[in-house]
Amino acid sequence: MSKIYGNIHALADVSLHVEDKEYVCILGPSGCGKSTLIRCIAGINKPDSGQILIDGKSVEQTPIEDRRIGYVFQDVALFPHMSVRDNLSYGLAVRHAESTEITTVTNEMLDLMNIRDRSKAYPRELSGGAQQKVAVGRAIATGSHLFLLDEPLGALDAIVRAELRYELRKLASDLGLTVIHVTHDQEEALSIADRVVVMKSGRIVEVGKPSDIYIAPQNLFTENFVGETNLLEGEVLETNGSQCVVDIKGHRIRVSGFGKKVGQRVIVSIRPEFVPLTTPSEVGWKGVIKQVTFLGNLNRYVVEVDGGIELITEESTAEYSTGFRVGESVSVLLANDAHMLLFDYPKEGLEKEISLE
Amino acid sequence: MPRVSFANVTKNFGKVVALDEVSFDVSDGQYLCVLGPTGSGKTTLLKLLAGLLKPDEGTIYFDGKPVNNVNAQDRNAVYVPQQYALFPHLTVLQNVAFGPLARGKPASIALETASKALDLVRLSWRAQALPNELSGGMQQRVALARGLASGAGLLLLDEPLGALDARLRLDLRHKLRDLVKQSGFTAIHVTHDQDEAMSVGDEIMVLRNGRIQDYGPQRRVYRRPASIFVANMIGGASFLEGMVDTTVGETALISVRGGLTVQAPSTTLTLTAPVILALRKERIRISRDRLEMENVFKGEIRGVRFLGNSKEYLIRIPNGDIIASRQFAESEDDAFKVGEEVQVGFLEGDAMVFEYPAKGLRNELEVG
Repeated sequence: MSKIYGNIHALADVSLHVEDKEYVCILGPSGCGKSTLIRCIAGINKPDSGQILIDGKSVEQTPIEDRRIGYVFQDVALFPHMSVRDNLSYGLAVRHAESTEITTVTNEMLDLMNIRDRSKAYPRELSGGAQQKVAVGRAIATGSHLFLLDEPLGALDAIVRAELRYELRKLASDLGLTVIHVTHDQEEALSIADRVVVMKSGRIVEVGKPSDIYIAPQNLFTENFVGETNLLEGEVLETNGSQCVVDIKGHRIRVSGFGKKVGQRVIVSIRPEFVPLTTPSEVGWKGVIKQVTFLGNLNRYVVEVDGGIELITEESTAEYSTGFRVGESVSVLLANDAHMLLFDYPKEGLEKEISLE
Repeated sequence: MPRVSFANVTKNFGKVVALDEVSFDVSDGQYLCVLGPTGSGKTTLLKLLAGLLKPDEGTIYFDGKPVNNVNAQDRNAVYVPQQYALFPHLTVLQNVAFGPLARGKPASIALETASKALDLVRLSWRAQALPNELSGGMQQRVALARGLASGAGLLLLDEPLGALDARLRLDLRHKLRDLVKQSGFTAIHVTHDQDEAMSVGDEIMVLRNGRIQDYGPQRRVYRRPASIFVANMIGGASFLEGMVDTTVGETALISVRGGLTVQAPSTTLTLTAPVILALRKERIRISRDRLEMENVFKGEIRGVRFLGNSKEYLIRIPNGDIIASRQFAESEDDAFKVGEEVQVGFLEGDAMVFEYPAKGLRNELEVG
């Protein structure tokens, strides 16, 4: 599927399969095309080329209201002059459902979303989270089994987002819904999706299970976007086909890497939680702590290693150690290559490849 | 002398009490993060400091002098709103130079100051661009540069990263702190995001419904939160209901509902007083082997959540309660599975005891 605005490919040749009852998160930075994608599926936008099939049938000729899709926006869009109950039952009333059915289904929704005690309230009297629950309940009440959620939690406080996402996921499981959920928040996607679709600049970059795209992504953009990482530029000194010795500003490390050539420019990626620090020792790279940030459950350190390399490392405070101080000398032990990934140096340069904007 | 002081400041909007007799001091060069849910009064607090609102009661002091009747433009403070409000018809450089120009500085000085500020945020190369040609993240940096160039010693940041994508926020929050600290300004930064608050603030103030719930250095607020609301707001925790059974020396024995006994630090609360125990997720250890800790129970894994650099396990303990444990940087081989029986443990010192809240636990944890 493609969608073009003037010179800009909002969507460039995008193909995706979503299975019945799957919960798929589409993850990417602003402007990557994720909202355009689900608006095409909903029928709000028309693609310029390609097909959309729901249950095997093309929906091109089907108007929005007949596509039987539940849609939840970031900006809740409840009817301000209607009570919670009336908002929930709106979809059914519009379809001229029997009044007994309307009452039954609406009560079910109120119970499902745990807002029975607020049925007479008006939207402005509710918190952001409660309003969003009504919006979700309203979409579910229409009886759809396919749901498109466009940054449904985006307007909510961080702490509410972190709670509500699990409620959403459970609801989808309990009701057997198929969900496509768009978000820019990688923690949200990782924690609830069956599969994550990573997008950038109108294209799908990578698709996979949350653990796969975090632990072993194919793509450098994915590695950097889904969580934090240290990216070190280096050159391959030796290779035996499956393992490489890489030189990084005079330091050497051994990393798994298939199909690399001697002299090739590469990027070594290592996530902060896998950069172990110790008091100075014979092995490892020598460095100095430049910055310490206490994050509650973690200590975050910026370490400068010989050669001007800066590494970010994070350590759980549950380690019951006293932690390091600014100016302290340390050793960085990068011996265990199990957590390091090797990527080809990107043709268009590193900054452009991982750019978020 | 504190740089900024609030003395019993109250602000009402009709019947709504946005801030209720709020008092606090901020010292020179401090980076204070005000954390609270939507509607807690944080923006009102900033606008009062900026001079965009007047208090209904109480006094605001800057360097010891009352400023209630001092206009916004005469206060030495700059307010950076959430919706950056860059001038759409001015270039980036002109936008940043606006502050010093408006204060009467000659154009040459204003432009020099602006250039330095743009250098700091690394956007000199976009000096001639118009705001609508820039991405959200870049606009945020321009707004920040404008604040830094203004020459005001007090920076008031209203959700400065709120309009940005999650991943960009991760990158910029540390850079923001560095920039502000380098400039030597005093900063008050408002947010609803506790990860952000912990990353940027020297000190954290937690607001709820117009009142200060806690205020102190971030390490203290995290390790010894003043209330259940604060413990939940910053860092999160599992909460168990119980009562104080006995105290033996430095240790209190807490009877948790459902027949569990927990060892906690001795408390001033009376015997049989109902309490809530709060347990931080990262201080709960799970193991397949024996644990040598003061509090160890059998548990069953009831849920696993993958969060990238960590996993959160939901564990049912013998009284039927579910507690959460966050395991960081775990290898796949060590990972626990739903249904698995494990040993769950935590140290006596990690059991935080709170008086049972008057309005009940649910009310205390409600953040909207």
